[in-house]
Formats: sequence, structure tokens, C-alpha cells
Amino acid sequence: MSTTELLKGAAELFPDEVVTSAHVRHLDLPFGAGRFALITLDNGFDHTKPTTFGPASLANLNTAIDQVEKEAAAGEIVGVGITGKPFIFAVGADLKGVELLKEHKDALAIGKGGHEVFKRLSGIAVPTFAYYNGAAMGGGVEVGLHCKYRTVSKALPAFSLPEVFLGLVPGWGGCTILPNLIGADKAVSVIIENSLNQNKQLKGQQVFDLGIADAIFEGADFLEQSLIWTAQVLKGDVEVERPVIDRGEAWDQAVAKGRFIADSKVHGAAPAAYRALDIIAAAKNGDLQQGYDAEDVALADLIMGGELRAGIYAFNLVQKRGKRPAGAPDKSLARPVTKVGVVGAGLMASQLALLFLRRLEVPVVLTDIDQERVDKGVGYVHAEIEKLLGKGRINQDKANRLKALVTGVLDKAEGFSDADFIIEAVFEEIGVKQQVFAEVEAVAPAHAILATNTSSLSVSEMASKLKNPERVVGFHFFNPVAILPLLEIVRGEATDDASLATAFAVAKKLKKTAVLVKDAPAFVVNRILTRFMGEIQNVIDEGTPVEVAEKAVEPLGLPMSPLVLLELVGPAIGLHVSETLNRAFPERFTVSPNLAAVVKAGKRGFYVYDSGKPELDPEVAALLKQGDVVLTEEQVRERVLDAVAQEIGLMLDEGVVAEAQDIDLCLITGAGWPFHLGGITPYLDREGVSERVNGKKFLAPGLASVPA
Amino acid sequence: MPRTVRDVVFVDGVRTPFGKAGPKGIYHETRADDLVVKAIRELLRRNPGLDPKKIDEVAIAATTQIGDQGLTLGRTAGILAGLPQSVPGYSIDRMCAGALTAVTTTAGSIAFGAYDAVIAGGVEHMGRHPMGEGVDPNPRFVSEKLVDESALFMGMTAENLHDRYPTITKQRADEYAVRSQEKAAKAYANGKIQQDLVPISVRRTNPEAGETGWGLVTADEPMRPGTTLENLSGLKTPFRVHGRVTAGNAAGLNDGATASIIASEDFARENNLPVKMRLVSYAFAGVEPEVMGYGPIPATEKALAKAGLSIEDINLFEINEAFAVQVLAFLEHYGIADDDARVNQYGGAIAYGHPLASSGVRLMTQLARQFEEQPEVRYGLTTMCVGFGMGATVIWENPNHKDAGGNK
Repeated sequence: MSTTELLKGAAELFPDEVVTSAHVRHLDLPFGAGRFALITLDNGFDHTKPTTFGPASLANLNTAIDQVEKEAAAGEIVGVGITGKPFIFAVGADLKGVELLKEHKDALAIGKGGHEVFKRLSGIAVPTFAYYNGAAMGGGVEVGLHCKYRTVSKALPAFSLPEVFLGLVPGWGGCTILPNLIGADKAVSVIIENSLNQNKQLKGQQVFDLGIADAIFEGADFLEQSLIWTAQVLKGDVEVERPVIDRGEAWDQAVAKGRFIADSKVHGAAPAAYRALDIIAAAKNGDLQQGYDAEDVALADLIMGGELRAGIYAFNLVQKRGKRPAGAPDKSLARPVTKVGVVGAGLMASQLALLFLRRLEVPVVLTDIDQERVDKGVGYVHAEIEKLLGKGRINQDKANRLKALVTGVLDKAEGFSDADFIIEAVFEEIGVKQQVFAEVEAVAPAHAILATNTSSLSVSEMASKLKNPERVVGFHFFNPVAILPLLEIVRGEATDDASLATAFAVAKKLKKTAVLVKDAPAFVVNRILTRFMGEIQNVIDEGTPVEVAEKAVEPLGLPMSPLVLLELVGPAIGLHVSETLNRAFPERFTVSPNLAAVVKAGKRGFYVYDSGKPELDPEVAALLKQGDVVLTEEQVRERVLDAVAQEIGLMLDEGVVAEAQDIDLCLITGAGWPFHLGGITPYLDREGVSERVNGKKFLAPGLASVPA
Repeated sequence: MPRTVRDVVFVDGVRTPFGKAGPKGIYHETRADDLVVKAIRELLRRNPGLDPKKIDEVAIAATTQIGDQGLTLGRTAGILAGLPQSVPGYSIDRMCAGALTAVTTTAGSIAFGAYDAVIAGGVEHMGRHPMGEGVDPNPRFVSEKLVDESALFMGMTAENLHDRYPTITKQRADEYAVRSQEKAAKAYANGKIQQDLVPISVRRTNPEAGETGWGLVTADEPMRPGTTLENLSGLKTPFRVHGRVTAGNAAGLNDGATASIIASEDFARENNLPVKMRLVSYAFAGVEPEVMGYGPIPATEKALAKAGLSIEDINLFEINEAFAVQVLAFLEHYGIADDDARVNQYGGAIAYGHPLASSGVRLMTQLARQFEEQPEVRYGLTTMCVGFGMGATVIWENPNHKDAGGNK
């Protein structure tokens, strides 16, 4: 099939593509270097809608290459360049088109289509140049890699091959050309390490330092300087030198390093990184076409696999649903927040104070029961501001401003009489919290939001004794507060729309991913994690060895093992939450006697790390009282996943959140559950767990899976 | 405290290629501030001896200080060009003599000792900012007959100047225009102009204007090499029925920017910067607004008088060709032939274009090149007419001349 036919067929599957044009314009290079054809990739929108490649876009580029290829062959031009619209080079394949693909052959066509078009750039009879003027990702980066020379703008904000992050491989030449250009070690950093490190982006200077670009120019006259440089290269006044690639042992070591990184991040649970590494390993012999063919097959396999579909689903959740929370009231109802009160000055309260201070930049008042605690809380915030100053994250003026905004007082009336938003982070005990809210209500303005950072208590109950319970909102952060994006916003029975809207508006300013949650025991993340952990704990208590239970869930590729997570949370807190949930749902949530014993013994975890690797603490081992039911890893896994599927099914029936998507968004942003699981429900669906337990899938076909 | 007036020199000047204003012009989708920013950056690249921290001022002229020509352009252009934040800037307006005034005003400050080195230039994007955009003339101008109604229309003032010099016919004006195009084409062929041009990348999204996408401008768009008298004879006279002023014997409506480095001579020498011209004197003069093209004559009289020179001492002239008649009036006044070889050797604004407030530095850049080539010439001048009845003249000494720097 010809490239044109291939792309035409693909375009028919994707009628809503935002089509990128490939404009060809001719110009005279400086220094009389000759006539030059410059291709501009532009989808006709401004920078807020970055340029992408769908099949019709590739066809446009193909047509442009037809033209310049002929001109080059006829000696009418001395070179060909390619660049992007203002601020954007190109950000790769259009993911919406990938989501629509149903069949392996169509997926194969996408990979081939890109290759067929891009690789023509290297066959043109004159030198080709890519000018990375702005954001370049995925296929955008790759189209430039097919050119002979590259320049990059110092102002370029984001450059990456994010395919592995989503569940793909850089399959339009990236896996093959990049290691051959800059060496396997640097290529593994870009393709594997950055991708798995929360899709880390490179800046222009790094693109140059890595050797991906041959020259770097400042943003103000990037294109002019790139074209002047082009003229110098073409005239032979500038010689481009690139270091020789080490094709010996270093190549194998780089691939091994990549596998180590992949193992530590996804534990073999997601195939993309490994497929990319296989291609990089094979690229050692420098055979480009062999690499392209391998890329095509890998792309097609991955596009038809559940991990990629889950990855795109997760990406869309975070990028779209995370920014427009389902069920949030109209934002025009939100009241302004010009001063924040924090009840308590302990570590959590101080962290909250710091976060509010940095994001809202309004006065923040801490209160506590004695001056020493108050001073300590304010001292913590000041120390953190100093750290930010020391790292150059803020300047002295900003540090002065922030420090002046945070104060601590003993008298709530003095602190909160003009506060608009007051959050409590006191001891997790309903009576204490009710008491605190009663005291706050007595002194705070009538409109002030009373927010609670409770992780497991009922928000409605906490509000029940107040005169104005409609202004109480749950505001549940996740530790570490500065890092985990999730904020569960809990609507109590009496909470009104204006208070809820204010809570969402504050969450947005805090740059948190807010999810609306019903006032149900332990809300979303803690409930699922506790059920999950509880089931692990149960099988251990019943007699399965700890290491078997731990290994059973490794194939999920979670960020850490269950018991390491428990250690991070703190066994005492884990126990406390399991007790709360046990009271609410005794038939499903157990309280592990072994966990209770560990907590009672004052242990802070199950493992010791003396050997450098986690090993079961002998003191903990001595405490464990196990039964005699020994399960296999598979049996454990089934039991745990069944429990999670059941719990999520029940939560959706109870209306804890609007849809399964919110559960997944919570698990991704609050527990760090991976993209290849799509949170968890896409995984439960594709592994058949959902149907086994609940008789139906959580998600409609095509949402996080290959469409029917 | 005692003061010494310091010598001021023109270190270097560059400009963007000039474009035709309007939807099909090369700069239609390019911002005015970007034009001047790129000119400043090129100037700094060409003069690595000038530590940007030592620049004391950025003075940028624009006639219509709105939008991308507003916001105190000298300051914003400095920041956009990547100058240190410690370098201040301001905007200047004397219509067509904007960049010229940016040079003289900062030069005055250098002589006084307030500055050592400055960037002075100008920009006018007449496509984005047509002449008269946003003006609100005081009604007293008309009601009290303070100026003639034609004063605000430059083409009409040119017709008025023809009236004042009845011997300057349309034929003479057209002949002058043809020569300007010829001289400009020759200067291009000899590479005199390109060396001081800054290439500008330009985007085009409208296919009616030509190939779309990014392009690069390396030459002046308005030039019409090969223009003949016959070509010009049939052109309309839009400012007066049976008039003499046409699009062919006047500068067009244009987009472009210029920038120069002006410094004290001591600073330039200490920092190994080139000294291309030495400032001798400058002067501005007012005339009746309705014959604004007459302005260069009294301005030059004043400048010569201040320098203690006479017109015979001037052996190179860079006269802005807003209108052929205005150059011819100047030449007629001083008894210089229309085709005198000392005048506008590289051609002028009739060929290159005249983006109002930017043009003054173009004249200087060209005069500086002529000084380099002709060390036997000691003095030259740059002069231009200015809207609302003004003229502006700067007299320069050629540092390459054997007697330069000494007493006359």
C-alpha cells in the first residue's frame, strides 16, 4: 500500500482530527547561501492548542515533502528546514486518534504512516534542518530526528519522548535514531528515565547539552539565528561535530540501566519501557530500517494492549477531569477567601498553613492550646520559607511577604474574627473536633467556611451541633501535603452549594486535584487502601508467609509493596483507620490482631533495612501469630483484587463518588497508583475481576480499553 | 563643579529591511516591538566590546505610541532584547525625526556627562499603525486658523512646497525619483546596504499574500529597480488634481526599525568600539506646518552656524526622501545640482521606504559607510523634514579624515 493510501485509510477512522498543515515557503538564506525551503507545521490555532500529528496531518507533511524533494532533486533549493508555529514545534501523535483504533492492522498503519513520511526527510537530496522553536514531544521530537541537523531555542520549555509514560514506545524513529545520535545511555535517560519520572520535560539547554541539537539560540531571534547558522553550515563555514557513539559494552550497560529503572518503577507490570529497551538494544548495530520495523510492531502491539488504553485514560483523567471536578457547584457561587485560620499548630497543621500561605498569599493564623506549640508551628513555616529562599525558589521580597503573613495566636477570637476559611487539623476524635468547631463558630464570621482535614470521621456528625452546619466541608489532604495532588472534598449532609463552591475554588488555588466525595467512612483512597491492606493482612494472619503476600501484588506495579506503604503511613494510623472502617462495615473490614500487636510493641514498621534491602524485622516476626492456611501468590492476588473490586462496586452503589473515573483519579493522585492500571478499575475490568465479583465492568468499552 | 563637554560618536547602526505597509506586506504579521528588539540584538552581537551592563539608556522613537509601539518602548524593548534589568529606557516622538532625535537627545546627555553609551533607534509599523491613528487635533488649529488645513496631510504639504518652488516641476521630481531607485539598486549590487541589515523571520498565515508559513526577510521590500520616467509619468497625483506628488516620487508607507550605538568618544576608544562618525552639531527648526518639507533648510542653517561651518564644507549629504520635492527644495536653496554626486549616494527613502520614526538612523548608518569609503570627505550631514512643520539636521565629522578631531 502506498503511503498516501495508508494515511487516507487511517484518516477515515479519525474524522475529527485537528489537522496540521505543513506550509512550504521559500526564502533566500543570508550570505548568498542560496534558496531554501522552510516547512512550517501549524494547525491554525494559537499555542493553547498545540500542533499534533494525525493521519491527515501526516498526509499534509507528505505532500510538502513531495514538493521539496522535487525542488531539491532539480537543484532549485540548497536545503530544507522544518519548524513550528509560535511557541510550539509539534507535540506528537494525536492521542484521540489512537484511542479510536480497534484493530491491529490499523494500529500498524499509524506506525508505518509516520515512519514512511518522516524518513523521507533523510532521503532528500539536500541537507535537512529541524528548528525546535517551542514545545516538542513524541512525534514532534521524532520528525526533527529524521533531519540531518537540529537547532533548539533556549526558551523551549518542554521537550520529551513521553510515549513510555503513556504506555507506548517512541515509534516514529525515536527508539532507533536517538541512541544512534547521542548514545544509548543518554537515549535511555530521555526515553525511559524521564518518561517514568512523572514524564519529566527537558528544557532547551538540556536538549543541546545532550547532543540532540547541534546549536542553541536565544528565543528572541531563534529562527533568524538558526537560518544564519544554516547558511554557515551549507557554505562550510561552520562544521558540525558530534561525539562518536560508544557501541561497545556501554550500550549494553545503558540498556541494563534502563531495565533497572523500569523494574524499580513498574516492576515488570507495564510492557512499554521493556519494548522500548528491546528496540534500543537492537539499534546497537545501527540498522535504522530494522529498528523502524521493530517500532511499528511494538506500537501496534501496545496500541492494542490494555496498558496503553489505561494510560491514555489516566492521562485524560488527570489533565481534564482533574481540572474540572465532576459534581462541583457553579464556581460563581464561591466566596472570596482573604484570610485563613488553622486550628492546631502541629506538623500537619503547619504544613497546611504553609501550603495556604504559598498558594493563596493571604494572612494565615495558627492557633493552639499553648504558646509553645503556636511558636513551634509558626517557626516551622518560617523555616520552610527560609529553605525555599535558600534554594532560590522565592526571592527575599517574597520571603518577607510570606513571613509577615503568617502569625500565631492563642486566642481564637483574636485570630479568626475576620477569617473566611478556617481549617482544623487537631486530634482525630469526634468529640474533640466538635468542641473545636463550636469554639470556632462562636468567634468566626457567619460566612466563614469551617473545613476539616479528617481522614475518617463523619463530616456531618462533626457539623451536627453547630448553628450553621451548612458551612462545614471536609478537606482531606494526603501526606506529604506538598507533593500528593489529591484533595478529597467532602460534602456533609448540611453543606450548602456556596460553601462547597468556595472549597473547590480554594482547592484550585492550592493547585490540588479536587474530587467531590460523599460523607462516607474514610472517603475514597483510605477506604480502598484499607480494604486492600486488610486483605493482605488477613491472608498473613491466616497463615500465608509475609513474602508471599507481598509478592502476590507485585504484578500490579504499585509504587511500593503493601507493608512498605503501611510503614510510610504509620502502623498506628493504619490500625486506627481499620478500626474506624471495621465499626462502619464489620463484615468486610477486619482489625488485624497482628497489626495491633505490632503497634502495641511500638514498632514503626515491619522491616529492617540493615542489609540495604527490606527484611522482616525479627522482633516483628516474633510477634506474628499466624494460622495454617497457606495461599499461593495467585490465590492471594485474586482475593485482594476481588476485595478491591467489591469495595469499589459498593462505593459506587452508595454514591461515594459520581463515577468510577473519580475512584481512579483519587487512586492516581492520592495513592500514586500507576497509569498502566488506569488507577485500578481499567485493570480490574481487563483482568476480568469486575465481572467475576460484580457481574459487570466498571467502565464502558473503549473508555480505557480497545473499543468494541 | 567644573564640566567638560565630551565628544560624542556614532559607533554603529543597523536596521531591519524595510517592508511595505498593508495586508500583503512582509511584516503584516510581525510586531513592531519585535522589529526593534531584533535590531538591538544584532547591534550587540556586532559589538561584543560593549558590555550590555554599561548601556546607560535605550531611547526608541515611534510616532504612534500605541499597542506594540506603546508601553514605553525603550524600556520594554530593552527587556525583550535581553539587556540587563539595570538598563533603563524611554520613548521618543518627533514623528519622522524620531530616531534622529533619539540620537541627538542622548548625545546631548553624553556630552553633558550623564551617559557613556546608549542605544538609540526607532520603529514604525505603518501597517499596524497607519498615520493618524488615534489622533485628536485640537479644534483651535482650524477655528483660529493656527495652521492650514493641509498641514496634517503630508502629501498636501509637498504639493504646497512645489508651489513655493515653481521651478521644481513634476518632471524634475520624477527624474530625481528614478535616480534614487537607480542609486539604490547599484548600492545593493555593490553590497553597500545588506551589511547593515538584520534578517527578520516573518510569519504569514494569509495565502492571498503569498506562500504561507515562516519566511526570512533579508532585503528591502519597497524597492523598484528599473523604474523609468515613463513608469512614473502616468501615476496619479492623489493629493491634488493635476498635482505633482505621486507614489513614485515620494516614499511609501512602510514598516521597519533601526538602532544605533551612540557613545562618548573616550568610552568608545576605551572599549575598542568602532568610531564611525563624530557628532559636530545638530539643530531643529520650525516652519509653517503646511510646507513642512521646507524644514531641513532652516535646520541646516542653524546646525551649520553652530558648527561654524558653511554648506561648502559639507561633502556628503544624507537627506531623507519623504518627497522628491523636499530634497530638491533643499538643493535648490543651496545651489546644489539635482544630481550632485555628494547627495544620497546610495539612493534614499523613495527606494528603500520611510518607516517614519525609524528613518533618522538609516541616514546615519549610510553616511557612516560613505565616510569609511571616502576618507577625503571631512564633513557630512543627515537631515530630514518633520510633520507639523519642522526640520532636523545633524552634522558629522569623518574620523577617517586626516584632519579629523582638530580645529577647522
